[in-house]
Amino acid sequence: MTQQLLLGDEALAQGALAAGLSGCYAYPGTPSTEIMEYVQSSKLAAERGVHREWSTNEKAAMEEAIGMSFAGLRAMACMKHVGLNACADGFMNSAVTGARGGLLVVVADDPSMHSSQNEQDSRYYAQFAMIPCLEPSTQQETYDMASYAFELSEKLETPVLMRLSTRLSHSRANVEVAEPGVVPPRIVADPNDRRYVLLPAIAQKNYARLCDKQPSFEQASEDSPFNRYEDGADKSIGIIASGLGYNYLMEAFGGHCPHPVLKVSQYPLPRAKLARLLGECQTIMCVEEGMPFIEKILRGPLADPRIKGRMTGDLPRTGELNPRKVAEAFKLELAPLREPSKLVQMRPPRLCDGCPHADTYRAIKAAIADQPGARVFGDIGCYTLGALPPYSAISSCVDMGASVTMAKGAADAGVSPAIAVIGDSTYTHSGMPGTLDAVWEQSPITIFILDNLTTGMTGGQSSVGAGKMEDIVAGLGIAKEHIRTITPLPGKHDENVAVIREELAYQGPSVIVSRRECIQTLRSKAKKK
Amino acid sequence: MKNDIVLAGVGGQGILTIAAIIGKAAMNMGLNVKQSEVHGMSQRGGAVLAHLRISSEPILSDLIADGTADVIVAMEPMEALRHGRSLSATGAIITASKPIVNIGNYPEITEVLAELDTYPKSVVIDADAIATEAGNARGSNMVILGAVSCFLAMEPEKLREAIAAFFARKGESVVEANLKVFEAGRQAAIVA
Repeated sequence: MTQQLLLGDEALAQGALAAGLSGCYAYPGTPSTEIMEYVQSSKLAAERGVHREWSTNEKAAMEEAIGMSFAGLRAMACMKHVGLNACADGFMNSAVTGARGGLLVVVADDPSMHSSQNEQDSRYYAQFAMIPCLEPSTQQETYDMASYAFELSEKLETPVLMRLSTRLSHSRANVEVAEPGVVPPRIVADPNDRRYVLLPAIAQKNYARLCDKQPSFEQASEDSPFNRYEDGADKSIGIIASGLGYNYLMEAFGGHCPHPVLKVSQYPLPRAKLARLLGECQTIMCVEEGMPFIEKILRGPLADPRIKGRMTGDLPRTGELNPRKVAEAFKLELAPLREPSKLVQMRPPRLCDGCPHADTYRAIKAAIADQPGARVFGDIGCYTLGALPPYSAISSCVDMGASVTMAKGAADAGVSPAIAVIGDSTYTHSGMPGTLDAVWEQSPITIFILDNLTTGMTGGQSSVGAGKMEDIVAGLGIAKEHIRTITPLPGKHDENVAVIREELAYQGPSVIVSRRECIQTLRSKAKKK
Repeated sequence: MKNDIVLAGVGGQGILTIAAIIGKAAMNMGLNVKQSEVHGMSQRGGAVLAHLRISSEPILSDLIADGTADVIVAMEPMEALRHGRSLSATGAIITASKPIVNIGNYPEITEVLAELDTYPKSVVIDADAIATEAGNARGSNMVILGAVSCFLAMEPEKLREAIAAFFARKGESVVEANLKVFEAGRQAAIVA
């Protein structure tokens, strides 16, 4: 055993490799990106030929992992919380098919939405799909849970969801790391096994089998080494603390909590331990990172007044937890605080000096300066920062690819000119179906594809369609004369504005590829040389 | 022993390097370490924050509770003030003095420095000038590391070893240059 200082993401990756992982499938997304990056730079992964290329989007990643599991090997699909929305179809139905080779879905949530559109809680998805969910509290637990998860998945023939969140994924701690184990033998299927064909006749049987498996999932939670009942003398309050919530609870009590605590790190909820807590204690405080998932189950439809937490205002309804918020919930003594400084100003992230997106936005703004009806629909990437001053260029940013489809819907409603701004990686992720709709109906929209040849915001990962945008959109049916390429540079401003004006005037779908390499990836390539 | 350290600065100033070196020194001493960090702002000029916790006991929360931090270590004065509420009543605030003015409404630097002065234990040093004078103009973050070494519950030798290990693959002269500015920062804090 050796000790290493690992991020939660890294601990999961190392644990999975040690458990004989054959494939990691993922799309970049904060705070999950470092899982795949660790596998990509792992010598062990290289030696074993572990699959470790980025997928085009989370749906592809999820289904590719299902494919590897179908073939009897251990696979995992990794993503941020909203990524689960993008692959929900494959995810939900992987529970109906069941798993063959161990199948782990690792989702990193973002409470307080530090870099996301919401703080949705992935435990709901596991409950919805009726599969086991693991929620580690520490980096060590994360590492230990990886092999446990694959074994559970294969034993119970089910995908398993592991739920991380920012303060675990992006926090380093000492982890005891063991010698990696071997890759287990391929699980061979019965040639007559048709469980993966979800025709109604087969799916109905599968679903009944999934329902029948639920008691075994509940028993696994009851027996789990990761769910712990820690008794306490003061039974006026019983506490349920899940995942990171447990850390903050114990920190608030200086390591010694006088009340009984049920630490939950595996779902479905362990019923016998839960019954004991509810039976022995008067009020129950729920300390959960994320949404009040357990709390709402316990409150029931009539808001049982015994159950306290975010819904009762004991903890804030929104945002991530921290030790002080938990201490306040229990009315513990708090350290005195200085008054906040009146001098401090916001310092939000901004486009880098020399970023191509700045030049693109300047040109777009100039082209629409005399068109008050123009609306610019934005998307997810570095260019989302164009919403902030000095550009204040975009009216929306909803989800991956929504720039194209919202522009089309708005054009249907008479918005003119309707403009979409989307990056190259986001475009291949989910910009293409909207483009096909626009081609089918010849909708008067102009799609700007900001091709900086990378997936920039998450750290410069590969982008599968970089440099190929013109061919892709021509293949989708955009007329060649309405596929324009511009170079976003200050010196080209006037000629770019002229091109943009022409395409905005055109009453059909047009694409303007604005191409210049991201200066960060350019710099790091130069450094490597 | 425990040290709860809040590190702050603007992206690109080498805050996470400071944290990594202290963390490595602590690991080498067999201590427990937890370090939570913000990713991705380093290229984009945004505020950077890390919480570094070192302890001989098991560490529970990854985040430091407001009002309990032992030290605030900052590469930029306004960023130091931003996290003032993290500091305990007996804690120390250490920062480089040079402002990074990449926002339109940056406060008057004289007022920022005056407010830093109201902290019971504050060390404000011109890390850039000290680094340049010591012959390593890009070593401002190691200057600050030197300054904060006076307030950590570990022997400075442990930090020197960690600096040497961290920069080893860049060659002996780079290691020496960084150790030199570390000393300069340490001296500046002792004097301040």
